[in-house]
Amino acid sequence: MIAGSRLAASRRVSGIAGVVLTGFCSALAAGLLIVILGYVVVQGWSAINPAFVTQLPHPVGVSGGGVANGIVGTLIIVALATLMAVPVGVLTGLYLAIYGRGLPAECVRFLAEVLSGVPSIAIGLFAYTILVQPFRHFSGLSAAFAFAVLMLPLMIRTSEEAIRGVPTAIREGALALGLPDYGGVIHVVLPAARPLIVTGLLLAIARVTGETAPLLFTAFGSQFWEVNPGNPMAALAMQIFTYAISPYDDWHRQAWGGALLLILAVLVLNIGARWALRGRTKRS
Amino acid sequence: MQTTVVAAENSVPVEDEADVALCARSISAWYGTKLAIRDVSLDFRRHSISALMGPSGCGKTTFLRCLNRIHESALGASTTGEVLLDGTNIYDPGVNPVVTRRRIGMVFQRPNPFPTMSIFENVVSGPRYTGLSRNPRELKDLAEEALRQAALFDEVKDKLDDPALSLSGGQQQRLCIARALAVQPEVLLMDEPTSALDPLSTLKIEELMEQLATNYTVVIVTHNLQQAARVSNFAAFMLGDADRVGSVIEYAPTQQIFTHPNDRRTEDYITGRFG
Repeated sequence: MIAGSRLAASRRVSGIAGVVLTGFCSALAAGLLIVILGYVVVQGWSAINPAFVTQLPHPVGVSGGGVANGIVGTLIIVALATLMAVPVGVLTGLYLAIYGRGLPAECVRFLAEVLSGVPSIAIGLFAYTILVQPFRHFSGLSAAFAFAVLMLPLMIRTSEEAIRGVPTAIREGALALGLPDYGGVIHVVLPAARPLIVTGLLLAIARVTGETAPLLFTAFGSQFWEVNPGNPMAALAMQIFTYAISPYDDWHRQAWGGALLLILAVLVLNIGARWALRGRTKRS
Repeated sequence: MQTTVVAAENSVPVEDEADVALCARSISAWYGTKLAIRDVSLDFRRHSISALMGPSGCGKTTFLRCLNRIHESALGASTTGEVLLDGTNIYDPGVNPVVTRRRIGMVFQRPNPFPTMSIFENVVSGPRYTGLSRNPRELKDLAEEALRQAALFDEVKDKLDDPALSLSGGQQQRLCIARALAVQPEVLLMDEPTSALDPLSTLKIEELMEQLATNYTVVIVTHNLQQAARVSNFAAFMLGDADRVGSVIEYAPTQQIFTHPNDRRTEDYITGRFG
């Protein structure tokens, strides 16, 4: 009796300890995120004004100016990267989910996993070697290529999972109507998988938007309006980097402002990803 | 001249060859190296309902899936034998399975409406994407006709643009029947079409099947004996052997198979001694 109640008591204590410990760690993790977000907001808020998002950078010593060219550059580079990564990623995912079996499929899957672990600076270096060196100048296009390579493993994995998640019965339903295999895939399977693919795409975009390392020797940066991806381009993340390591207070402030913009963009993308999945958690 | 189409001792003798819409000859089917059904030969009479019954795993669904060549769409699955549709072997090398499937429609065990499409889009997906018709007026008429044949039109006529998934399970299954009918097939294969439905929806589908049999040749897989007895004109009893390889034990007019089965195993199954 006594031993039994002692056991019960010790179980209760360890149970409480477990709840406290996991709760503490969760609070620590969430708290850290809130502190970082809060710090960026506090530091960056004062830099954000209409001029900051609509004007070109001012020369050192002239206060004011903005990062509008960086915002536009990032948008262009990410858009081009999306154009490259989506078709390749979705079609590879389709192959892995439906057609690929055995060794070839395993190889593709394994390589995609390895690719997702390659440091972004190495991918930047690769883009530099094949798209910058031969043309003897930096370009937004080479940055877009590096971003596309970074997005690719994520696109492949989410597309494969999304397409695999469409029940075989749905695909067979299309076959049974006399649709050719590709007809069923185009008209039935891919539309059914689209919300998850879009989610994966938005998360992949969020992942690369803040990447800086591959930009250093691909887009290179620019002080001017540059919308031609064949030329060196500004990008927000790189402007933050340049401003942050500069010795000027005004630029430090603008670096925080840029960081805040990036975080807001990622936040919007994450909310968008959830929105694309709306109503899906209720089902199944 | 009276010819008797007898492919195996289990075939129902059909007086006139023209009465046979679909004729399976020595169908064997594999999943990889695993033999699932061996040497199944059955004739299906035009504009009648034939039921395939038997315990789980006896291969009745596999056999049904060989009749429209959808079995082979699974990776590693293969088939040997012949299926004659109006005298033409659909397994001939020159025959395109995609085109064949437009003549032999299929309804699945669970309702499988296309999840991103509306009710209307589901019904016309066949004609629209097989190129049968892309004319909006024609599609509208086709949809109405198919929905009427599937006894669903009155329930959905005011909400054709609603998502297909907003319908109840029974309605979804009738939508799938309408979708299959919209490509104007000659044969309709139904794989346990009511096993996921409640009794009322089941009743509706069974009534529907009887109407459909006036225009279509219906082959239904069911493990529900009462259903086979209620709706079918002919019934085949299939059974798996010790290696779980299915074959036909007996095939006869439904009346006969339920009252005077020839084979002891059929009798045991029907009287509930196993299965």
